[in-house]
Amino acid sequence: MAANDNELWWASESFWKKTTIWTTVVMLFVLVGLTLDTVSQIQVGGKRVLAYSTINNRVDYKFDETLKRQVVVIGQEEPLFGKKLTEQEAEALVDHGKLTMHAKNCMDCHTILGNGAYYAPDLTKAWLDPFWGSRGVREDLMVAFIKDPSDKVHNSLGRRMPKLGVTDEEAHAVVAYLKWMSTIDTNGFPNNFKPIDQEN
Amino acid sequence: MTAIRALNSANLNGGQKLAVKYFTVALALLGAQILFGMLAATQFVMPGFLYGVIDFSINRMVHINALVVWLLFGFIGAVYWMLEEEAGAPTVGLKLGNIIFYVFTATVLVVVAVYLLVQVGPGEMSTQWLITEGREYTEAPRWADIGIVVCVLAFFYNVAATFFKGKAAKGGISGIGGVLLLDLVALAGIYLLGMWYTTNVTLDQYWWWWVIHMWVEATWEVMVGCMMAYALMNVLGTSRKIVTTWLYLEVFMMLGSGILGIGHHYFWIGTPEYWLSIGGFFSALEPLPLVAMVVHAVYDSGVHKSRNNNHPAMGWLIAQAFGNFLGAGVWGFIHTLPQINLYTHGTQWSASHGHFAFYGAYATINIAFFYMATQKLRGDVWMSGNLFGNWKWKWAMVLLNLGMLGMIMGMLVAGFAQSQIERAIGGATWTAFFAAQEHPWFVQGMYWRLAFGWMFAAGYVLLVWDMLTIGKRETRAVQSHDDAALEAK
Repeated sequence: MAANDNELWWASESFWKKTTIWTTVVMLFVLVGLTLDTVSQIQVGGKRVLAYSTINNRVDYKFDETLKRQVVVIGQEEPLFGKKLTEQEAEALVDHGKLTMHAKNCMDCHTILGNGAYYAPDLTKAWLDPFWGSRGVREDLMVAFIKDPSDKVHNSLGRRMPKLGVTDEEAHAVVAYLKWMSTIDTNGFPNNFKPIDQEN
Repeated sequence: MTAIRALNSANLNGGQKLAVKYFTVALALLGAQILFGMLAATQFVMPGFLYGVIDFSINRMVHINALVVWLLFGFIGAVYWMLEEEAGAPTVGLKLGNIIFYVFTATVLVVVAVYLLVQVGPGEMSTQWLITEGREYTEAPRWADIGIVVCVLAFFYNVAATFFKGKAAKGGISGIGGVLLLDLVALAGIYLLGMWYTTNVTLDQYWWWWVIHMWVEATWEVMVGCMMAYALMNVLGTSRKIVTTWLYLEVFMMLGSGILGIGHHYFWIGTPEYWLSIGGFFSALEPLPLVAMVVHAVYDSGVHKSRNNNHPAMGWLIAQAFGNFLGAGVWGFIHTLPQINLYTHGTQWSASHGHFAFYGAYATINIAFFYMATQKLRGDVWMSGNLFGNWKWKWAMVLLNLGMLGMIMGMLVAGFAQSQIERAIGGATWTAFFAAQEHPWFVQGMYWRLAFGWMFAAGYVLLVWDMLTIGKRETRAVQSHDDAALEAK
């Protein structure tokens, strides 16, 4: 469509139509390129999203002096529930845990990697939360809590997690999923987090 | 007393009759959204309320799913509303469109019934297929996803076939029509990206944000641009050339900033660090198109000395322009830079922004279309000064807008307290989370939210009453816009 003589080129329909189309195409190209790179970087077993079998090791979250933020630190061998798993076994367990988290709508009260609802605490570093007291009792406390939280101590508000019919097997799987999730490199989120003391 | 004008669908074209069905369900679902939102808001201050019966998670899930569906129904209705006029042809496949409407509505009802009655399932794939997918906003089980895709494809067929039929007759597709068609392709295509399961939570959230972000901050905003263009032509009498040029300008800025603006969701989920810069930069630009939309609506209104044939619709269009700018633009901008977002991500800031953005950008324009539909249903009555029962639409607008603003401010104050106490000081442990939740500043915010929620609910009741009665006793017919005469002055 040619602009008529009285029309300013920068105010014409045809100019903005072309600008819109080209801008959109360029932006989509850039996004697709970034997506290809990101997807390759976030594969399980890479540097950002660690292998499922990382649950066989101690996980910590420590301040890095160079980056000026906390980073995930994988420590000595410390198998979950005292049983060392192969990558396949660990994947199956973590997968079952994630499916359980979906099936119980966890994300509609909690946040996961900061996304979800704001009625209950973020679960990104749930495995490392000082709420569990000490390393020795953490796993059992987590399993018991997930199976039936309704009679456990929560807070002084009276806000409680309901009993959601999580089986023993599912609860173990959820703990595995939470431990694995705590190993993801989240660029320092949450900030200034004080993890559970795991030395003793 | 003047004569009573009935709501009569004989005043509408085929597409518009179908649009009214979508609008009706949309308005009802808005009611459901408010109801379940109020239940969830009550649980924030009274945690024992309905505990173990309908827990917060269920109320919240129905609240946000009703939101997504009523807005979509409103958009589909709006497209059918403008379709025949824009395309210059009667709707193709209207019978299919009607069947699909009932299938879509039934699907929504079954999904909600399962949410409320079954609630949760075992940790297996069967739960994903039949009960819930358990991902915020896209909880709908897989069977319903497939149903929704089928419905949207049929809807797209209606729209595309009608435009192409009109193209043959008119010799072209209007600018609004062209943008709309491409937008619908993107809107439907993006939904498919949310329909798969993976154990890798980072990859899962990466694609999940393509659905949520590309809908809400790209394709839906473009949809609103089209709706606004059509509405300004019809309500205000702005020329097609002006609205089309603005539409391109807006879409250019929306997609120019919004496509890479998706990066602000990739700060903390395990994705590479370069997203901090990309997301921060492009989302800082995201308010710009919304400024343009305010200028466009307010300038056009000024050019026409605010003379329009439908005051309630015009009022809601102006509310949209400002609501979109403030809610999506300013409220998004204030916590979109990663340096701030580190402390606000996943707090009541997000809730405050979410409420303001969805309401300001989308609820408002749907309500404007409801009023445009009501006007025509009454036989194109004059819905302006001295309209009988004027107070109802005005008070509905006041209560809804003030109610929403009050909720937004309550959540924002709570969010300030939360980001400071839980995040900055406490380091986001569970103890820190509850220290913030128990703080009087936070608790007060939650009470204010609930109180203003009641005001909003009252506004909704009045809105529904107004929809059923407005224009009933109006005898003056709508006047045509005399653009040329105005512009000559």
